Amino acid sequence: MKTITKQKPLEEVMKYVEKCPSVYIIGCGTCATLCHTGGKSEVLAMKEKLEATGKKVPGWMIIPTACDELTKYALRDEAATIKQADCILAMTCGVGVQTIALHLKDTKQIYPALNTMFLGTETKPGQFIEVCLQCGACVLGRTASICPLVRCAKLLFNGPCGGSAGGKCEISKDVPCAWQMVYDRLKEMGRLDIMEELAPIKDWGVSVSGGPRSTDLEAECKVS
Amino acid sequence: MKAGTNLEKVLTSGNFAVTAEAGPPKGTSAEVIRKKGELLRNCTDAVNVTDNQTAIVRMSSWAGCLILKQIGIEPVMQMVVRDRNRLALQADVLGAVAMGIGNILCLSGDHQRFGNHPTARGVFDIDSIQLIQTMKRMRDEKKFINGEDISGEVPLFIGAAANPFADPFEYRAPRLAKKVKAGVDFIQTQAVFDVVRFKKWMDMVNELGLSQQAHILAGVIPMKSVGMARYMKSSVPGIIVPDEMMKRMEQAKSAKEEGVKLTLEIVQQIKEIPGIHGIHIMAVGWEDIVGEVVEKCGLMPRPKV
Repeated sequence: MKTITKQKPLEEVMKYVEKCPSVYIIGCGTCATLCHTGGKSEVLAMKEKLEATGKKVPGWMIIPTACDELTKYALRDEAATIKQADCILAMTCGVGVQTIALHLKDTKQIYPALNTMFLGTETKPGQFIEVCLQCGACVLGRTASICPLVRCAKLLFNGPCGGSAGGKCEISKDVPCAWQMVYDRLKEMGRLDIMEELAPIKDWGVSVSGGPRSTDLEAECKVS
Repeated sequence: MKAGTNLEKVLTSGNFAVTAEAGPPKGTSAEVIRKKGELLRNCTDAVNVTDNQTAIVRMSSWAGCLILKQIGIEPVMQMVVRDRNRLALQADVLGAVAMGIGNILCLSGDHQRFGNHPTARGVFDIDSIQLIQTMKRMRDEKKFINGEDISGEVPLFIGAAANPFADPFEYRAPRLAKKVKAGVDFIQTQAVFDVVRFKKWMDMVNELGLSQQAHILAGVIPMKSVGMARYMKSSVPGIIVPDEMMKRMEQAKSAKEEGVKLTLEIVQQIKEIPGIHGIHIMAVGWEDIVGEVVEKCGLMPRPKV
């Protein structure tokens, strides 16, 4: 599992830090490094760009995994340098940005330099596709392990729409039709009967529509 | 009778039905709908009002239906699941029934990327088959999706689309079977140009006994110009225009006349196919040709039932 990120346009980043003469930059050693969006070289490139506009960069760091709890200690070690800056520019995913915010003792603005795209799986070296919506009620058992909620542009539950042609989705010739893939796999397994069943209406209340989700491992797994 | 609409009566009495389409304007003029309605009044049994067709914002389908009803033309209200969640869909069904609209067509809707608000969030809370199920339950059990009771009757004649020209082809009849299982009463298909493929699909449909359980109306589109033919061949998802027909359109002295001729030929062939109970004419922006097509197909006058 990788959190796929893309860099925001520089103009958007500059707009954020417009009123900050001094910017501290944080990158992430895990997903953002892999995506070449917030690793060491991208952080240094950003530093140069900011300095070229006359800003100061008193410090920067690459947190090994910005979404991890250890971020707390990294921020503590750098506290003195961070204090000199007017804001933090986080070249991490959205979880990283929020983990930094959670543990930062300063009341500083933390601006995202990246857009967080999706949880991706690698299909070819360096190529990632979105495969899971994290909907909270997995349907993969009915769909030959291909998630139509994220791979079908219309989130269909009951098979391909009228726009599926030659194995491609109507939105683009570069997008495979998820339901064609499901069909092909089920056919191979001799289980096309699954596609004859009416899929139940989905409970979106356990998904993004139900408010922020949380879990308490101690309570749920009875660990102590 | 499930809803007692004219369309339902025409179909259940064994007549060959004719429906057509009136797209609402990108504005507030009721007159646009009335004009289209008048062109279609005598040559059709019911008129579909599209619902933000091709994901372009237009006057809402229910309002268009109401305008038609006010001048005595029976509407088919199209509903896409792209723009509304289950609360809004069910609310609009209640509102439509309250205003005397009885034919409702359940659709997924073209993806918002094709339309004029490509940055919109597509809703897709339930899909088109689940909308059929929902409306059947509202009508037959008088219950909402959540199981709560609906007060009053919900007379509905439930429609849906089918596209024999999409892939995987072998799944197209089983997919229709799902719509029948969900409770659909009538089907309007995507426009037929490739009659050979359409016949093959109907063979599978008949073999599954589906044409006895739902009324199937074959879609037709009269092509007005070579440009339109090319556009449909290359850019409209789920339409197949055979090369042979393209050639005829391109070589014709009058593309309009050839377009009508092609439509008549297609309808003649469609009428021979067992299990076809009518045609649905989608003359987008060419509503004034519908009367001529219906007349020349020998489908006038429309039955009084």
